[in-house]
Amino acid sequence: MEFLIITSIKLALILFVFMTTLAYLQWVERKVIAHVQVRMGPSRVGPHGLLQPLADVIKLITKEGVLPPHVNTFYYLAAPFLAVFFALISVSFIPFGTGITIPVFHVGGATYGPYKTMFELADTNMGVLLVLAISSMGVYGIALAGWSSNNKYALMGGLRSSAQMISYELPMSLAIAAPLLSIGSLNLRQISDAQAGYSLGFIPHWSVFAFPAPQFFSFIIFMIAAFAETNRIPFDLPEAENELVAGFHVEYSSMTFASFFMAEYANMVTVCSMATLLFLGGWQPLWPVAYGSNLVAPLILAGAGALCVYHGLNPARPFDRITLPVFGVIFFGLAALMAFPPTVPILMPMFWFLAKVGFLLFVFIWIRATLPRFRYDQLMGFAWKFLFPVALANLLITGFLVALVS
Amino acid sequence: MDLFFFLLFAFIAVACAVSVVLQRHPISCALSLVGTMAALAVLYLLLGAEFIAMVQVIVYAGAIMVLFVFVIMLLNAGAEDRRGSSWVARIAGLPALAVLLGILGYLMLTFYPMIGPKASLVHFGDFTGGGAKEIGTALFTEYLLPFEVTSILILIAILGAIVLARKEID
Repeated sequence: MEFLIITSIKLALILFVFMTTLAYLQWVERKVIAHVQVRMGPSRVGPHGLLQPLADVIKLITKEGVLPPHVNTFYYLAAPFLAVFFALISVSFIPFGTGITIPVFHVGGATYGPYKTMFELADTNMGVLLVLAISSMGVYGIALAGWSSNNKYALMGGLRSSAQMISYELPMSLAIAAPLLSIGSLNLRQISDAQAGYSLGFIPHWSVFAFPAPQFFSFIIFMIAAFAETNRIPFDLPEAENELVAGFHVEYSSMTFASFFMAEYANMVTVCSMATLLFLGGWQPLWPVAYGSNLVAPLILAGAGALCVYHGLNPARPFDRITLPVFGVIFFGLAALMAFPPTVPILMPMFWFLAKVGFLLFVFIWIRATLPRFRYDQLMGFAWKFLFPVALANLLITGFLVALVS
Repeated sequence: MDLFFFLLFAFIAVACAVSVVLQRHPISCALSLVGTMAALAVLYLLLGAEFIAMVQVIVYAGAIMVLFVFVIMLLNAGAEDRRGSSWVARIAGLPALAVLLGILGYLMLTFYPMIGPKASLVHFGDFTGGGAKEIGTALFTEYLLPFEVTSILILIAILGAIVLARKEID
């Protein structure tokens, strides 16, 4: 019973936070790309366009969902559902912090607690394989959308996406296998815990810097494959606008169209979380607590708060006088929370985890703003003739090194 | 609880398997097969064979069936038109099925007591040797020779595929 209640609360919280993150990831992406291209980006709806995601969601929900007469109705409607389902379900295995213990408390004479709970919804011994399995099922949504639309561009997009996802799954799995050799567990929480500690006092024991076999190359291979698996530029062949109109989702509109975008962003977050957990040490800080890694979060937040207050006092636009100080106060409050000793052991791992995931998400957006698209034959050749052999060689060398040391 | 999930997913597996045969469109058949694979994975999971369950989903549902769907989409195969089945099937089909099921049930009832005491059977959730470590140890110690022979077999199959797919050089 306790388990059910706690899990429901966690489920609701995670769902709310994750959905909001997905909506705001869109805003972040538009803003970042705009600034890379020396534009302003969304700036009309709310201060700095901050309410733009809300406006987008309202627009997409209230739009008419067109059901074209020439489609295979069942699969046409099932495809976006499948895409979102498999994208969202893998989030439940991602541990994004250490955990929380609710102390004993009394309500009306009855005593409750103490409750100890992990942050993720499901703590399984097969976390890595589960996420791989579910992400490998995600291709059905896209392939079916392409096929059931009964449209040549959509079919081309669906075909490209399934070929691409099958091909890049191999180097991705091999890249994941390499750090697991030295960690020796498939549980995501244990994987992150195994990367605690520092060699020479300051180099973290993350897989990327690990002693017998630094997994730098497999991190790069994993990230390249991740771009292909999530259909992002430079591997967004399935939805290449100037070749295929819009690719596999050309016949979709309103919420069915939005669900493909939701799935894409959810997959991005999952893949970045996996990269963080496997290669970047999960929630382990970049440098030891002894050198003040716990101070980073409060300092950054306090700096952001000070900046907001400063710009609020010297407003560039009339409404800045009100909005920016409000944000400043929120930032100061968060900084105080991060520096408050009882909450530090709970919030600090979360901060480091989210900071790393956020950085990787930024890299995704950054690359979208930078690189052009691959040609299709180059894409497949790259996966099979370069990435796969390199991943294999990397796995072999890692195996030798780990066997030599142990 | 275990029994409920077993019955649920066993029913899904059987229903999907029947649907593989009954569906007319190749894509529907392939997706029904995916459903069967996924339901089987859940049954493995119920028995405690976590690793096998995950590999079942990754390899069969995630890779092989995607390839099937890919080929069906590539060939753009339409729904098959159902021609009249042969008179042998029409007359002998249902009786043959009944006989087959009868034999199966008879064998199960006969051999079930011979397996041994009830405690030695695997029950839901009791089996704990299904992790990656146990499977890896078993593969590389006890079953090393079959494992190596299988890998050589797969290697030969790959070479054969390459030879068949290679363009003729004249």
